[in-house]
Amino acid sequence: MFRFLSGFGSYWILMGKVFSKPEKPSIYYRQTMKELVSLGLRSIGIVTIISFFMGAVITLQTAYNTENPIYPTYLIGLGARDSIILEFSSTIVALILAGKVGSNIASEIGTMRVTEQIDALELMGVNSASYIILPKVIATVLFNPFLTLISIITGILGGWIVGTTADVTTSQDYIYGIQYAFIPYYITYSLIKTVIFAFIITTVSAHQGYHVEGGSLEVGRASTKAVVYSSVTLLLFNVILTQLLLS
Amino acid sequence: MIRAEHISKTFGDRQVLTDISALFEPGKTNLIIGKSGSGKTVFLKCLVGLLEVDEGKIWYNDVLFTGLDFHGKKEIRKQMGMLFQGSALFDSMSVEENVRFPLDMFTAMSYEEKLERVNFCLDRVNIVNSNKLFPSELSGGMRKRVAIARAIALKPRFLFCDEPNSGLDPKTSIVIDELIREITVELNMTTIVNTHDMNSVMENGEKIIFIEEGEKCWEGNRNEILQSDCRLLNEFVFANSLARQLKNSSK
Repeated sequence: MFRFLSGFGSYWILMGKVFSKPEKPSIYYRQTMKELVSLGLRSIGIVTIISFFMGAVITLQTAYNTENPIYPTYLIGLGARDSIILEFSSTIVALILAGKVGSNIASEIGTMRVTEQIDALELMGVNSASYIILPKVIATVLFNPFLTLISIITGILGGWIVGTTADVTTSQDYIYGIQYAFIPYYITYSLIKTVIFAFIITTVSAHQGYHVEGGSLEVGRASTKAVVYSSVTLLLFNVILTQLLLS
Repeated sequence: MIRAEHISKTFGDRQVLTDISALFEPGKTNLIIGKSGSGKTVFLKCLVGLLEVDEGKIWYNDVLFTGLDFHGKKEIRKQMGMLFQGSALFDSMSVEENVRFPLDMFTAMSYEEKLERVNFCLDRVNIVNSNKLFPSELSGGMRKRVAIARAIALKPRFLFCDEPNSGLDPKTSIVIDELIREITVELNMTTIVNTHDMNSVMENGEKIIFIEEGEKCWEGNRNEILQSDCRLLNEFVFANSLARQLKNSSK
């Protein structure tokens, strides 16, 4: 309990340092652009692949569960669309990014800590927490909504291609299903979750990396902890946000 | 000038530094020597403010450094340069970007002016045609020299070096020592070097402080070290037979 409270306290102290006034905004802008490429653009591939197959599996499972003459076949498209928008493209993709981006952030910052690069920044009079972490937070919070949109489109596309190829639905029914009773707020809900999840993944992982003490072994441990802690926090907030935004 | 008064530091129950006082003068290479684990690095980190002291005061000229808040310390830190044990170059930046970093951060110089300063610093440490290389492509000695170039980019008044010779061959160590000594005189800096390299002690030791188990045991210069009667210092400095012969011949 004491360790939890101590970690919770040090997280908020770190956030206080991260969100203090940047020394030189032009440098931060340049760093943010680098992070957009590193944490955002380089995640498009994995998000696309996972979303395509996720959409395909959701479509096949929905078809299997609605295999009854009383259910219209357009329900397959409708079910796949809502599952993808409401849960899979925000939460599941966030969990995958917690693995990819979270471990990347924790190990990068942890290595900077053990190789004294963070000390070097502090010694120069640079707010190391803000200089290293703030650009990452801005980059993920700005870019992850695009990843979610890409995931939604790819997921629905994957469901359509596999659903029609496996002959569990027709192209006409699937397209009718994904248009039927569409509620635009679901997209807003999904994007709100994505922004909060992006913040959680980046800050929790950065916190783990920033406080590494020791050597490469501890950096590895911090990387693992970053994935576990950010995933658990993210799932907890998923419940809270769903209750707040959909009730 | 840097003045440390009665510095003490503990980590949990462990007393790492006990009542250390010292005066480091400008234009001189001041050495802190001692065994591994004696508290040299902790003392150096306390001097630069990377670690908070439990007791004692640190003065930078007439400014009480230990009494300053974050912003006050930040102003003093702009006058500091530090060479870390592992060089601490930024992995994601090229040699040029590493040396340019403090200029980007704290000056309003144009790109051309910054580049001129970067090239001057790199030239000063004998690094040529390597601006676009990354730290992973450099040898240990080159990394140390680039780190020195970065440390002097803002023309600091205080230079700190934490074991600048660690991991280097004897010849490269001498090159680094000479470089530190020359730059110290050129820029009239107050330089403090942590070392347990005896070549450095004999070549650069204009002022030497010997620390043993967190306490200052001896203070003097490279000439006085040969005449010293301090048992702990003699055991440390004249650990091998060749060094003992040197000491005996000097008597």
